[in-house]
This record gives sequence, structure tokens and C-alpha cells, in this order.
Amino acid sequence: MSAPAILTRTRPATRETAPEPPATAATPTAPPPVASAAEGEPLLSFSGVGLAYADGTHALAGVDLQVRSGELVSIVGSSGCGKSTLLRIASGLLPASCGAVQAEREHLGYVFQDATLLPWRTVAANVGLLCELRGVPRERRRQLVQSAIDMVGLGGFEHHHPRRLSGGMRMRASLARALTVDPRLFLFDEPFGALDEITRLRLNEELLGIFEARRFAGVFVTHSVTEAVFMSSKVVVMSDRPGRIVAEVPVPFAYPRPPDLRFDPAFARVAATVSATLRDLVSPSPAPAALAS
Amino acid sequence: MTLLEERHDQPAPVAPPQPPAAGSACPPARFPVRRLVAPLLLFVVVVACWEGLSRSMHGSRAYLVPSPWSVLTKGLLAHDAYSQILPAFGRTAELATTGLLVAIALGLAVGALLYRFHWLERASFPYLVALQAIPVLAVAPMMAVAFGYSFFAKAVIVVMIAFFPIPTSFLLGLHSVDQGMDDMFRLHQASWATRFRKLAFPNALPNLLTGFRISAGLAVVGAIVGEEFFQYGQPGLGMRLLQYLNQVEYHRLYGCLILSSILGMAFYGFFTWLSQRVLRSWHESAQRRP
Repeated sequence: MSAPAILTRTRPATRETAPEPPATAATPTAPPPVASAAEGEPLLSFSGVGLAYADGTHALAGVDLQVRSGELVSIVGSSGCGKSTLLRIASGLLPASCGAVQAEREHLGYVFQDATLLPWRTVAANVGLLCELRGVPRERRRQLVQSAIDMVGLGGFEHHHPRRLSGGMRMRASLARALTVDPRLFLFDEPFGALDEITRLRLNEELLGIFEARRFAGVFVTHSVTEAVFMSSKVVVMSDRPGRIVAEVPVPFAYPRPPDLRFDPAFARVAATVSATLRDLVSPSPAPAALAS
Repeated sequence: MTLLEERHDQPAPVAPPQPPAAGSACPPARFPVRRLVAPLLLFVVVVACWEGLSRSMHGSRAYLVPSPWSVLTKGLLAHDAYSQILPAFGRTAELATTGLLVAIALGLAVGALLYRFHWLERASFPYLVALQAIPVLAVAPMMAVAFGYSFFAKAVIVVMIAFFPIPTSFLLGLHSVDQGMDDMFRLHQASWATRFRKLAFPNALPNLLTGFRISAGLAVVGAIVGEEFFQYGQPGLGMRLLQYLNQVEYHRLYGCLILSSILGMAFYGFFTWLSQRVLRSWHESAQRRP
């Protein structure tokens, strides 16, 4: 098996377990049971995960993290602290050098920082790519593509090429593509980082709507504290290299969350806590001399 | 603020974006006639200069630059001229096409092979470059010894000249696949063949088509040079060029040169058209600039 440290799991859908029953293999993208009975089970679990490169630099050290279905965990930290690396390890793209990783790999959604749409394919063909790679039959693929496109509100743009879409719409298409695999574990690597503020706010709300409908286990990497707090049930703060988890801030607001939650004083307090943790990372003990200068 | 206030009336979290505007589809682009004006004007200027030059030549050197009109009438339209030059044009076109097609087939195969086996690329690339630097005229006599004074030998020369841009441009395109896209394919266990077919190859098309275009021009040059060297068999443009030069038939020599340019333009034009057609919907290079 390719991934180094995947624990044995009882879920038939997990790639690393013993041979799957053929029925499951034939329909890897079956529609989700609404409010899945499996709610609350961990779909991603890191224990003591570290990553060291050949040159001796440590990207990650001692990361413990569990994400259950119905949980959306945001990871914040400065650039280069290993947030994206964490997602790459979770997805199996990158093997961890130590520690144990368990992850849902069959129904895995992964949205990258760029939309990574194939420019020569139309929106519909791009959204259908993953089904194509997984050998989903044409008719089923068509249905999945259409429902994913409708879900992200791209109806009417099926035959457009990416170059004719705005940045926000490309991200929607990227999201739709990930949705076609019916993700139970959904990784977001700063998906809206390159978008303007207005589009970003809107996509935050829409993604939250999708999360509330699908109740996947989500990991959302971002630079923005507001985005992190608004989206997630828990915010994880990572330190600089080697990246480790220095704080976990629970976000005590129930889903569905209204857009104006962002202006709630309680929201501001949570955001302030996260910001303070981040600030402490940059300058752990603000020296008086530094302040004076 | 108004925007945020508006959001309160939007309970549905999944709001559709603006529907496709009626005018958003590009209108079917018609070929703008105005584009022809500039080249035509330049053509007139060049012909006028040519005419002026030929008139300014006096005495014994006048034959060097025959006037455009006399080239057209005596060098191209006269029966004894076109009955020689047109068949030569056809033969050269055939030679260049054959050589180019072989170069394309070989170039694609070599490019894909070197992409598949990275060590092979590292090992052989310096020699590919070295091969390119060998002057073909120096090798032509060897070709003649090896393959005789045949169509095949001439085609080998064309292939040698036209080959190089194809694997290099192809490889450049294959290697410039976006890392994120490659990750996405790997994430879903796509095989090498799938990644090549659905990702690397289409990604390389813009580069490849540029390579084709460069090679097409080179193939015409190669065909004419090959014919000039071999001086054997049914005469093509290259052989006629040398013959008219030796016979001081400058009207026909110019006629030959004009047809050579037309052949080169036709090759180049074909691949430009092909490139536009293939890349129109998705690549910046194929977008018409106003």
C-alpha cells in the first residue's frame, strides 16, 4: 500500500483496508445518506505526525489532530508554517516521516489554492474529470456533474471554458469538481485566498451551506482569522517551522450560521482570542525596547 | 454596507451567481477585412521599391534586377516558364510535406519517450542539441553515399532540418504541467498513460503547435537545400533555382524565388490556422487582438 501509516479501519470505503466488497467499489460516489448515521466518527486522525525533509529541515512536528464528520476545523498560521503540508499528508500526496495518519481516502475532496481547472475543458468536463478518472459510468457521471454544478450555482455555465469565468466562478467549478466524489473528508487549502473580499464572503457562506447539507469532515486552511472563525467549529493555530499545533480554539456557534454572525460581539471575542494567539507566535514576549523604537 | 445589508434578505446560502448574460458569448468572429489593408499597402510599397531599383540599374547590370512586371510575365506566366516552375513547385511541396510529416511523427515519439523516461532525456538531450548544430550541407554528401541520389535521401535532409523544434517544444509543454493539476490526477490514482493523455499532452499543445510552425518553415528550406545539393531526378524548385542561376535566366529565377516564398507561407499559414483552430477556445495565444 502506498501510504505509510494508515491505520486499519472498519469502514469499507477506506482505501487501505482489506479488499472492498465489489458493490462498494462499483458505486464509489453514491449519494450521501442525508445526516449520515456515521456522524461524529473521526475521518482524519493524526497522532504525532512529523515531517522532515532530506536536508534536515522539519516542516511539521508532533501534530495531533482529529476531525470528525460534521466538524469543520480551520487551520491558521503564517505562510510557510506547514498548513498546506498538513493537507498533503492527510490526502496521501506526501508521506509523513513519523507518526500515524488515518484518513478517509476514497471519498476525499481536495480543493487547492488555485482552481486547477484544465483550461481546454469546459466547466462540465472539468467537473466530471474525477468521475472520469474513477471510471464512473457516463450516465451516472452526467447526473453527478449536473447536481454538483447546480449545488455551487454554476448552472448555465456548463459549456464555458475556464478562461471566460471570473476567479470566483472558477473556484465554484473547482468546488463542484470535488463534490462529485461525495467527500466525507474535505480538505480546503486556502481556497478563497486569491479572491476579492466580496466574493470571498459570499463563497464562505455558500460553502457553509454545502457543509450544513452534507456534514462532511472538513479541514480548512486559511490566512484569515475571520474566515476561520466564521466557517469552523474549531480553529487550530499552528506555529512557524517546524509547524506544530499551539492552540485549539473552539467556536461555540451552532450551524447554520447567519452571515451577520460576523458582527456579533461573541464572534469578535473568539476572533480576538485566535488573533492574540497568532500575535504571541510572532513576538512571544514583546520587549519594551522594541516597543520604544 | 449596502451589500452586507442585502445579504440579510438572502436566507438561501447557495445563491446562484449572475446568469450568463446574453452578450457574454463571443459573437462569431468574422475575418476583419481591415487586417488586410496594412500588408497590402506594404506589398505595394515593396513592389514600387523593386520597380525603382530595377529602373535605376543601368547597362550591363540591369539583368540583375528585372522589373516586377517582367518577372510576372516572363518568369511566371510565360508558358515555358510555368510549365517548368509549377511542376517543380509541386515536387518541392511533396518533398517538404513528406519530410515534415516524418519529422512530426518522429518528434512526437521522441518527445513522449524522453518525457516518460527522465533519465533518457538527461542522457540524450546534449546530443540532440549537438545533432541540431551539425550543418546539414556537410552531412548531405554522406546521405548521398548512404541512400543514393534518391527522394529518400532528400527527405532525410528535410527531416534532419525540421526535426529539432518538435521534440524540444513538445518536452517544454509536457514539463510545464501545473503542479496542482498533477497532484489532482495523482490523488485519484491516475496512471501515467492517463496523466499523459488527459493532462500533459493537451497542456503541451500550444508549445507543440508553435514547434510545428517553426518546423514547417524549416522543412521548406530543407527541401530546397536538399534539391540544390542533389541535382538529381525530377527537378524541384531548388534544382530549378540553381539551373536558372547558371543559365542567367533571372526572370525565372525570381519566379522560382516567389514560388518558394509562397510555399513557405502556405506551410506557415496552414499551421497557424491549425493552431487557431485547436487552441481557440482556451488558449491566450489563439485570441484575436483588436
